[in-house]
Amino acid sequence: MTSLVPLPVILPLLGTGATLMLFRFPRAQRIVSALVLTAVVVVAAVLLVSVDRDGTQVVWLGGWEGLGIALVADRLAVLMLLVSAVVTLAVLLYSIGQGITGDERETPVSIYHPTFLTLVAGVSNAFLAGDLFNLFVSFEMLLFSSYVLLTLGGTAARVRAGTIYVVVNVVSSMLFLIALATTYAAVGTLNLAQVAERLDGLPPSVALMIQLLLLVTFAIKAAVFPLSLWLPDSYPTAPAPVTAVFAGLLTKVGVYAIIRTQTLLFPDSPLSTLLMVAALLTMVIGILGAIAQSDIKRMLSFTLVSHIGYMIFGVGLATEAGTGGAVFYVAHHITIQTALFLVVGLIERRAGSTALLRLGGLARLSPLLGVLFFVPAMNLAGIPPMSGFLGKVDLFQAGVAQGSPLALVLVAGGTLTSLLTLYAVAKTWALAFWRSPQQAHDMARLLVGHGEEDRREQDEQAVPAMVEHRGHVHVGSVAFGAADLDEARQVADADAPDRDLHQLIEAGALPDRLPLLMVLPTAGLVLASLAITVVAGPLVGYTDRAAADLTDRDSYVGAVMDGVPR
Amino acid sequence: MEVNLTLLVGCAVMSGCGVYLLLERSLTRVLVGLVVLSNGVNLAFLAASGPAGDSPFWGSAEPEDMSDPLPQALVLTAIVITLGTIAFLLALAHRSWQLHGHDDVQDDVEDAAIRKLALDDATSDSFGLSTEGQEQDDPVEDRQ
Repeated sequence: MTSLVPLPVILPLLGTGATLMLFRFPRAQRIVSALVLTAVVVVAAVLLVSVDRDGTQVVWLGGWEGLGIALVADRLAVLMLLVSAVVTLAVLLYSIGQGITGDERETPVSIYHPTFLTLVAGVSNAFLAGDLFNLFVSFEMLLFSSYVLLTLGGTAARVRAGTIYVVVNVVSSMLFLIALATTYAAVGTLNLAQVAERLDGLPPSVALMIQLLLLVTFAIKAAVFPLSLWLPDSYPTAPAPVTAVFAGLLTKVGVYAIIRTQTLLFPDSPLSTLLMVAALLTMVIGILGAIAQSDIKRMLSFTLVSHIGYMIFGVGLATEAGTGGAVFYVAHHITIQTALFLVVGLIERRAGSTALLRLGGLARLSPLLGVLFFVPAMNLAGIPPMSGFLGKVDLFQAGVAQGSPLALVLVAGGTLTSLLTLYAVAKTWALAFWRSPQQAHDMARLLVGHGEEDRREQDEQAVPAMVEHRGHVHVGSVAFGAADLDEARQVADADAPDRDLHQLIEAGALPDRLPLLMVLPTAGLVLASLAITVVAGPLVGYTDRAAADLTDRDSYVGAVMDGVPR
Repeated sequence: MEVNLTLLVGCAVMSGCGVYLLLERSLTRVLVGLVVLSNGVNLAFLAASGPAGDSPFWGSAEPEDMSDPLPQALVLTAIVITLGTIAFLLALAHRSWQLHGHDDVQDDVEDAAIRKLALDDATSDSFGLSTEGQEQDDPVEDRQ
């Protein structure tokens, strides 16, 4: 079975080559990418079963045992592989249904499929890497693809967001290189298993420096506060499927790297307090940011940052139960966050916008869209009995079991974050799905002062009262800041080209149905997130076994170094 | 292990200069900063590889006298990756110049919004919904 291990990397790379050659034949490109990703899903599923049954599998590329590059498939790695393969396949089908970016007329692209496949190869390689430098190379593969995908078409907004994204990530890559040079100077190897063996002999201060360098690097990629500030600004401008795969996968690769290095290299970490404080701040500050947003994409980007905190919480506990909880939460969160961003893409397609000021009555316009948004949104907030609830309970139990005061504070913080997430998604639900488009339109007009005369003529109940307070305009229970006024002004100005949902309905300018190939993958992911709930028992059993592997460093080191001459 | 001080000092100076340039507004300077920084980091790898020795070919020298080839391979990979990144950033800077006539790294949307809030608060006690003064809030113009 070990011959299967390199396939999740090799297949997408072969696909990249094939789709590059087929750049004149978009249909063939689509078929090749879909086939390749389906094959990766199958390979990952087979690996999951065989690794769970037979234990960790190791492949030394080129047969250079002990010297070359090792690919290591342990329980954590193959679980991540399977989840990421399923998610990328869904996103690819969705992007085919959407016509890639939805705006090819201005931005013709033939490089979408090759870039996407390279991204998948990079992600798979990162999960399988048994070598710090190989991990660096896979990060670069996936980052480089993400640079290209984020700036597809080179529109002004994407160039602005892309510049910040590229510079931040290049700086973190430089930090990673410094960490690698330091590690090599200290222990003379970059193979994870060998580093793990030799780190124990180092002076604690040197080990601490290496740990800090690696942590900062991965924390930038995973968007842990205060290194998360680049994320909410760069993700929302990309095309919907690109944002979805970034939000679902790229930050989780950072989280995966943190889990891997913390458990394998630094099991008795002096930094677990630091990690827990960072987790708390990530959760709370992230979700406060989400509440303040008035665009669904930006709101979701902030909840993404916030929920990274839960996973870091699990790692920071440094117990087996905490690690298991973190692994389960990663698997749950990849699925759910990708599904949500895909739904937002559908909303944009159906209603022309994702700004809350412009939306209303989506639940009536498209009940299917309402269901597709509602289920993962409630799952994200952690409503029982869904997987978000189970994952959080798992983490909180681990926190209480660890029992330190800080862990209890984090449990409280996690509960608060969960409630605030519920508030943020419920606000989105109420504004975008529940009120009528007429109400949304009136509110926008009220905000810029156009609506006063309409209001006197109308029923007072139809338009909620408006209060100004400290730079915010409160309409009913919702506050809008000055940043939203531009949006409102465009909506209220009858001559402006930008229209809100009410105007679009009046003008009959909406697409009347959604492409089936966009709806099906989204529905599939939503169902997959529900399936995680159904199979939560076996899955928790699996993640607990994965965590046991991670806590027992000797099993990893033993599997990698088995038969290698020392 | 003996460490070459010259390499370390070179690495420190180049990294320092690189970071200074990274903090500039213009993307071209950021780019130059990245080039300098990455070369500084490459020097760190050379410092990590220990003293230079004979070329590491089989049979050409005693294994103890050879220099360590692995860090050099790592540096080569890093150089290639940096080359690609720099090329991409150059393209971004060029595109930014095409679009805006400058290549300044622009403000975060959130920062711009917060700045706008602060400006509006400073000009009036209770925030009015007037549209005056909104046009001059372009972050690029403010800075100059």
